[in-house]
Amino acid sequence: MAVDIVMPQMGESIFEGTITKWLKKPGDKVERDEPLFEISTDKVDAEIPSPSAGMLKEIKVGEGQTVPIQTVVGVIDAVGSAAPATAPAKVEATAPAKAPVAAAPAPAMTPKPAAPVPASAPVAAAPVSTGERIHSSPLVRRMAKEHGIDLSTVAGTGAGGRISKQDIEARIAAGGAPAATPPAYSVPAGSSRPAPPPASGGLAHVALETAVPREKMYFGSYEVQPLSVMRQRIAEHMVISKHVSPHVYSVDEIDMTKVASLRATSKDEFEKRYETKLTYMPFFVKAAVAGLRAFPTLNASLDGTNVVLHKDINIGIAVALEWGLIVPVVRNADEKNLLGIQRAMNDLAERARSKKLKPEEVQEGTFSITNPGVFGGLFGLPVISQPNVGILGLGAIEKRPVVIDDAIAIRAMCYVTLSYDHRVVDGAIAHQFLRKVKETLENWSEPVL
Amino acid sequence: MAETKRARTNGAAAQGTQVTFLEAIRQAMFEEMERDPAVVLIGEDVGVYGGAFKTSEGLLERFGWERVIDTPISESAIIGAACGMSYLGLRPICEMQFIDFIVCAFNQITNFVAKGHYLWNAPAPMVIRGPSGGGVHGGPFHSANPEMYFVHTPGLKVIYPSTPQDAKGLLKAAVRDNNPVLFFEHKFLYRRIKGEVPAGDYTVPIGKAVVRREGRHLTILSYAAMMHTSLEAADALEKEGIEAEVIDLRTLLPLDEETILQSVKKTNKCLVVHEDTRTGGIAGEIAAILFEKAFQDLDGPLVRVTSLDTPVPYAPTLEDYFLPNAKKIFSAAKELARY
Repeated sequence: MAVDIVMPQMGESIFEGTITKWLKKPGDKVERDEPLFEISTDKVDAEIPSPSAGMLKEIKVGEGQTVPIQTVVGVIDAVGSAAPATAPAKVEATAPAKAPVAAAPAPAMTPKPAAPVPASAPVAAAPVSTGERIHSSPLVRRMAKEHGIDLSTVAGTGAGGRISKQDIEARIAAGGAPAATPPAYSVPAGSSRPAPPPASGGLAHVALETAVPREKMYFGSYEVQPLSVMRQRIAEHMVISKHVSPHVYSVDEIDMTKVASLRATSKDEFEKRYETKLTYMPFFVKAAVAGLRAFPTLNASLDGTNVVLHKDINIGIAVALEWGLIVPVVRNADEKNLLGIQRAMNDLAERARSKKLKPEEVQEGTFSITNPGVFGGLFGLPVISQPNVGILGLGAIEKRPVVIDDAIAIRAMCYVTLSYDHRVVDGAIAHQFLRKVKETLENWSEPVL
Repeated sequence: MAETKRARTNGAAAQGTQVTFLEAIRQAMFEEMERDPAVVLIGEDVGVYGGAFKTSEGLLERFGWERVIDTPISESAIIGAACGMSYLGLRPICEMQFIDFIVCAFNQITNFVAKGHYLWNAPAPMVIRGPSGGGVHGGPFHSANPEMYFVHTPGLKVIYPSTPQDAKGLLKAAVRDNNPVLFFEHKFLYRRIKGEVPAGDYTVPIGKAVVRREGRHLTILSYAAMMHTSLEAADALEKEGIEAEVIDLRTLLPLDEETILQSVKKTNKCLVVHEDTRTGGIAGEIAAILFEKAFQDLDGPLVRVTSLDTPVPYAPTLEDYFLPNAKKIFSAAKELARY
């Protein structure tokens, strides 16, 4: 019995995904829920489990290809009642020969050795095309072209399901590509690149524009690597954030001696008792929460002429990955104690590294914290993660000589920086916020264990 | 008698105040004749009677029979005579008692007045004006909107205003223009519409449309009496959350393409309202312009609200059915906005 493997919908605003890696080859046996392939979407990277036990019969969508959700990307020959051990071997032999049949247009012409690479065979073309005409208008078609939007992925709300100007504007406002990522503003299209090698979906995005003519980049000996989907999203987000929010930076210095000694004395017991490591991060999260409670202007988003003051305090925490960066969110951080925050963080970070985050776990942050100090940075000036208005950057904690009561003492010091959107937040608020963070940490009172 | 009339009509005192559409036209002629002795008025009953609608009341008393000329009932003769006058340096204003009868002079206008400049370098600086339009139960011979016969004729300019200020400013501009200008006066507006006209001498440029109301969901193009009907519909649309941009074309030839395109490129949808009958009306021409110059900006079909393709009926109920009205515009616009 053949079971279709489909591109899953990772979050309700996700409309397509890129297959980054097949973990099985055609002919391989798979268990139900065994990781089958890896995908990258606009929100998260994830491993997709097998829908059924059996044998991977066919891969229809190769690595690196982007397809709409619900597209059949492969087929599993499920272990039915009457499909014993003989079947796999047989199919294994025929699979490569079969693959080209499924592929529609060009491949017939290319000489095809009996290569063991069915995975890279051209995809069965038309994604969701049901053969129905898409009703739009000249304007809509022009806008779709300008913004690199595939109209077959846009839902029409006009008369008779026609895609109207409003529909396409909504899509553009949601970030152009068919993913309604949180930053809700339209990004002018028009990257004028001479020989565009866009990875997928015809991304025409300002973030990918070049500052100099492209020819000037290619000299000497070099290697060209495609930007991963995640990096493209990061690039877009950073450019948009810098474009939209006038960033201002404030720096303060915190004496972490008390927290450091507290942590030093209790971290072993903490780990023994709760089976999770105690880091500095939850202290900073708690201190940031105290600051945000005192200065709610920093726990906000700006929508045109309205400031959206969030009642929830959801702290996004940047997690560096080997292949990029992601900002999972500790929800309702203000309602958690040190242990709760530490647990949530460790869990999120762990799953970020193993690509098991759920889309909703990277959404709805109201403020964020990043920790360049972990790599030894004295301090960093981070870019705001939209639609927040502030981000706290933590420098390295290191012992420095400082003056206390006219005596020189050795203290564990840490620079903290606040990047904030000056449209919403002024320096006065920013520094008071930092002061509150500083006071909370320097006068730490909450028990750790 | 002449004294009292002159006191009332002499210009200055009446300016900067609310005047009727008709009074604005009378003021324009009066002031232009005062300003330039070459300007004369010629038509049926324009002198002694003061015009069938009293548009030229007081002009004979002020300017005398040599400049305010009553004619026999022959439109062809009026235009022919005026054309000759214009060749010889005068700037005649011809009145058609009802614009329906302008077609009696069709040959004179299209073959001589319009072509003179092109054919033998003989420009005809003259104005042909008269009461037009329906809605007043005038029947099939006294309700015509013949503008498109002339919009189709190269060499002419065609004006069809909707407000007293425009009527006065555009008529004065027409008198001063060196081309033959047709100036249609919607008789429904004559005494129903009042508005302020600027103090002192002014003109309104020919060939310029004006945005009467700004909006973003669709553009309504109209002119003359239907301008007011369109604005009424726009008020009703606003209550439904539909913001219509309403544009008064004012001049049909030359058409202000720039203003039309600018608006449609903003709203992406266009509705044309005219009282003229449907086939061959200006809406068709505008549709063609949009297809040629703004195709990729259109988010819906061009929609027309016009009179039916019949003569103007005499029976009031039939005439009401025949003409566009605010309700028809409202529902067509709503449909288009939803499209």
